[in-house]
Amino acid sequence: MAATDKIGAVMVVGGGIAGMQSALDLADSGYKVYLVEKQPSIGGTMAQLDKTFPTNDCAMCIMAPKLVATGRHHNIDLITNAEIAIVDGEAGNFTVTVKQKSLRVDPKKCTGCGSCAQKCPIEALNEYDENTKIRKAIYVRYPQAVPLVYSIDQERCIGCGICAEECKAKAVEYDQKDKVLEVKVGSIILVPGFDEFNARLKTEYGYGVFQNVATSIEFERIMSATGPYMGTILRPSDGDIPEKIAFIQCVGSRDEHCGNEYCSSVCCMYAMKEAVIAKEHTSQVKPSIFFMDMRAFGKEFDEYYIRAEKDYGIRFVRSRVASISEDPKTKNLTLKYVADGEPKEEVFNMVVLSVGLRPPADAEHLSRVMKFRLNDDGFAQTEVFSPVDTSRSGIYVAGAFSAPKDIPMTVAEASGAAAKASTVVSSARGTLVTKKEYPAEKNVEGQEPRIGVFVCHCGVNIGSVVKVNEVMNYAKTLPNVVYSEENLYTCSQDAQERIKQKIEEHKLNRVVVASCTPRTHEPLFQNTIREAGLNPYLFEMANIRDQCSWIHMHEPKAATKKSKDLVRMAVAKSRLLEPLQNLTLKVNPAALVVGGGVAGMTAAIELAKQGFKVHLVEREKQLGGNALKLHYLPSGDDPTAFVKQLEKEIAADKNITVHLGAKIKSIDGYVGNFKTALEGGKEIEHGIVILTIGGQEYKPQGEYLYGKNKDVLTLLEFKDKLHKGEAKGNEYAFIQCVGSREEGHPNCSRVCCTGTMTAAIEIKKKDPNAKVYVLYRDIRTYGFREKYYKEAARLGVTFIRFEDDEKPKVEEKGGKLEVKVKDEDTGKEMHLKPDYLVLAAGTRAQPDAGELAPMCKVPQTKEGFFLEAHMKLRPVDFATEGIFLAGLAHGPKFVDESISQALGAVARAGTILSKTELEAEGIVARIDETLCDGCGICVPTCEYKALDVMADKKDPKKKIVEVNVGLCKGCGACVGSCPAGALTQMGYRDSQIYAMIDAMFEYEKPKQEVKQNEH
Amino acid sequence: MSTEAAHHGSPTASEGEKAFDPKLLVFCCNWCSYAGADLAGVSRLQMPPYFRVIRVMCSARVDPEFVLRAFERGADGVLVAGCHPADCHYIGGNYRTRRRIALLKMLIQQFGFDPERLKLEWVSAGEGEKFQKTIVEFTNTVKELGPSPYRGGV
Repeated sequence: MAATDKIGAVMVVGGGIAGMQSALDLADSGYKVYLVEKQPSIGGTMAQLDKTFPTNDCAMCIMAPKLVATGRHHNIDLITNAEIAIVDGEAGNFTVTVKQKSLRVDPKKCTGCGSCAQKCPIEALNEYDENTKIRKAIYVRYPQAVPLVYSIDQERCIGCGICAEECKAKAVEYDQKDKVLEVKVGSIILVPGFDEFNARLKTEYGYGVFQNVATSIEFERIMSATGPYMGTILRPSDGDIPEKIAFIQCVGSRDEHCGNEYCSSVCCMYAMKEAVIAKEHTSQVKPSIFFMDMRAFGKEFDEYYIRAEKDYGIRFVRSRVASISEDPKTKNLTLKYVADGEPKEEVFNMVVLSVGLRPPADAEHLSRVMKFRLNDDGFAQTEVFSPVDTSRSGIYVAGAFSAPKDIPMTVAEASGAAAKASTVVSSARGTLVTKKEYPAEKNVEGQEPRIGVFVCHCGVNIGSVVKVNEVMNYAKTLPNVVYSEENLYTCSQDAQERIKQKIEEHKLNRVVVASCTPRTHEPLFQNTIREAGLNPYLFEMANIRDQCSWIHMHEPKAATKKSKDLVRMAVAKSRLLEPLQNLTLKVNPAALVVGGGVAGMTAAIELAKQGFKVHLVEREKQLGGNALKLHYLPSGDDPTAFVKQLEKEIAADKNITVHLGAKIKSIDGYVGNFKTALEGGKEIEHGIVILTIGGQEYKPQGEYLYGKNKDVLTLLEFKDKLHKGEAKGNEYAFIQCVGSREEGHPNCSRVCCTGTMTAAIEIKKKDPNAKVYVLYRDIRTYGFREKYYKEAARLGVTFIRFEDDEKPKVEEKGGKLEVKVKDEDTGKEMHLKPDYLVLAAGTRAQPDAGELAPMCKVPQTKEGFFLEAHMKLRPVDFATEGIFLAGLAHGPKFVDESISQALGAVARAGTILSKTELEAEGIVARIDETLCDGCGICVPTCEYKALDVMADKKDPKKKIVEVNVGLCKGCGACVGSCPAGALTQMGYRDSQIYAMIDAMFEYEKPKQEVKQNEH
Repeated sequence: MSTEAAHHGSPTASEGEKAFDPKLLVFCCNWCSYAGADLAGVSRLQMPPYFRVIRVMCSARVDPEFVLRAFERGADGVLVAGCHPADCHYIGGNYRTRRRIALLKMLIQQFGFDPERLKLEWVSAGEGEKFQKTIVEFTNTVKELGPSPYRGGV
């Protein structure tokens, strides 16, 4: 097919967090996006969650900016309430027929005001709240919904006509018909998410019969500030606080009786999170978690586990609950289970079932109309080395639709799928997009400041501590404030519309938002005021959540006072704000990929395919990294052959320059324009950096006789021997968690359990009579990897669980190894005499991460891995613009996960490389030439060499300092050094900071309080 | 560390001293300490409510005159928080801060302030707990020193 036949548009099916991420990455890289969602609004499951692990971030707070960005992106078309009917064509040129059900409301006219729903006489259960609340027959799914358009539930509506009468915008259209749309796209991404396991199928737990047995997702709604009990933990039967709550794990997971043998990967963590948050919301609650293995395998998850147990007192019971019965009077629940070898009965006030993840209900329909394969469990089939490809070319998949997974992995995959989807149509990049047009900027020069203050409740995050109404009214008393209001969520889409409307209505020329942190939300609000014709730098924020309500939870009075102070300070600065112009920076469309393992090779190939020049730097003399040490993958795929194939692709691609045996000396510059020097003198110019430097296996010197006895090997060393046929013996023992989940390295290394299964299966296949023992703490074969655990057990591998304070003891007697361990499940002391003792040694960060981190100005975790910009929603980005990460450099993970992340980094990088120029911050240093006498004291204070003493053009005898704004990073370090006061930091002028300092020490206006506070 | 461990609510007076609510100004750099302060919030780490944060891009932006202005207006204490040495987002801005604060400590003594009223601390984006600890300790230090001699402004 000729390049010109390709269509520069992509369809994304599913509007959850994955769909939004894919859509935003593509739309920001020059492609038109059609986002198809079956619900009337996007947001998916994440919109229903109260908090997210392991940071306990409020789900809606971190997601709202993405919701809004997706909803308002000029190159994303939302097609909601719709499903895919027919797909014709091939990769590069598909025609998709979409059936869009009528909303019976005209989305162009509906303002989302909700007066229709107030008057609607028909009530229905609210699906968003998992039926714990009531909605009307005309409704929006949730208050922050995007698009904020009401729709009529056709099954419930009685056609009384009240809503149509009530609607001032005349948006209700009873006779609106369903629509059939035909959309042409070059590629398709499937992100329909998952369904929860139907807990009714586990009849022994009485879900649907006993009122106080809830599912985990129902419990999310119970915990939520916008849920049925406004965030207080109450039980459904009588609205009492359930003091004793039991969480039951693996409901519909790891359970052949219900047909789902796989592990759902996320339930251990979400149950811990729900237990922790429940306790935070309502301190009387005492949660217990009944589990089989605690699978806290992700980045810093084990530390969360430790905190849950030690700091929050969550009780963990290693047992599968057999049955639940209900006391018909008290509605309390009796759990029967076996623990410590004894049958037990225990009464709880409420039970939460940690339901597993199922393929979405429309999986088969999608598979049929799109002609791609599902796996045996009904999820989209993917392969280890192509984790975001479906079986059909041009159609990609991400998130829980290919396997149960958590949000960070879902987001990385969503970006990864976007990379693959854009590669297909990269020749048509930019052909179907339009440029975002902002209204002409209002000239505010010389105008008296007219400030609008918007104070956010953030659900109950602020409102439950700070008296938001009082703060809002206080703001009105401040000079130059002409308008103030309070919002449930100031970041929601409807609030953005309100802000714009108020700017018009009250002729505002400055806006202050008092809510969360500017680090996450400032860009959103700046964009909003820009849409209303205000320069984005006429915006200021007061952080009354992260740095107030959340850290002074028990001092509502003091927190309210502090909020007022912070608002007063923000208003004081706001008064002096001035419009700044963003600079544009040229982008060098070339990439530097550091590290030539599978992640780096994947990233290089995908970037090159999209037409970008790539420099791939590898410290070793050959590409391939850790993959070459694996030899076996449990799936049977061959990692060595895969590396060979990637090498061939790299050699054949003219866009890729490989630097082997190369070490990086320095990385200078900024997003779009980096300059890197290699040792030996080579220089590389590039626009972005991807760090894929990998990790390494821990060498447990001295532990369990490692290094003293030649038959004690690490897992990788053993696999190498096994592969070469050199490991010969009758008895093998594996010890798990060596150098993981211990002091100094508290987290799980994620891959060792599955790696151990692979080796154990290999041994058993070669010699069925061999005795194989696996000594473990928790078996963490998450997702579909559970089948390898099952297979190992089926082949006769013996599993022995030990506690971390009773580690196995290894001795050497007469040249023979002896392992003693207490089996925690039987209480028996076991004596093993293995020919080989294999230590599943943890994954460590590369030591040179510590050298690269300061060069790139990126942070590391305590354990030395790189620390991404945000654990949940920015898994492959750094806070420093233009630098990305993937693979083991981010933390321990499997090959397929590294590939997904590498592809994800490519998509994120593509949002920069696809542009010829970037808009840079307007916060830079300026010099007042009339004050500068060219002394040059400031010059050495600038780390970026942005300052230079020059001859004054107007008066060549005079010297002055010039600021190179392309190099200036806006730190302001030079400003304080100038003895003449000639330097200014835009956005942080001396006068602006003085105004904040002075405002802090002004006392509150209301007379009485002034008296109280004066000394 | 427990979310409650380091701090409990009401102001406590030191021996023989009248309880007072100190006014503490905290300068945080955008990249490390402001993020660390946010993390303390995300982690719900509780701390005394007497401090107000002014965000600057880099701790090196904290002009000595800002600190003097704060004391002049009645601050009981000023805390400057920046990135750890070698972690500065702007390469070496924090080293300049360190030198400036050392000089300033000498200077404020001349005005009759205990140098303990001015503090420099490194708090990284990952150190919510350190932010909490720093605030708790600084609040206690200033409470023990009592109100600023310039309290209420000059």
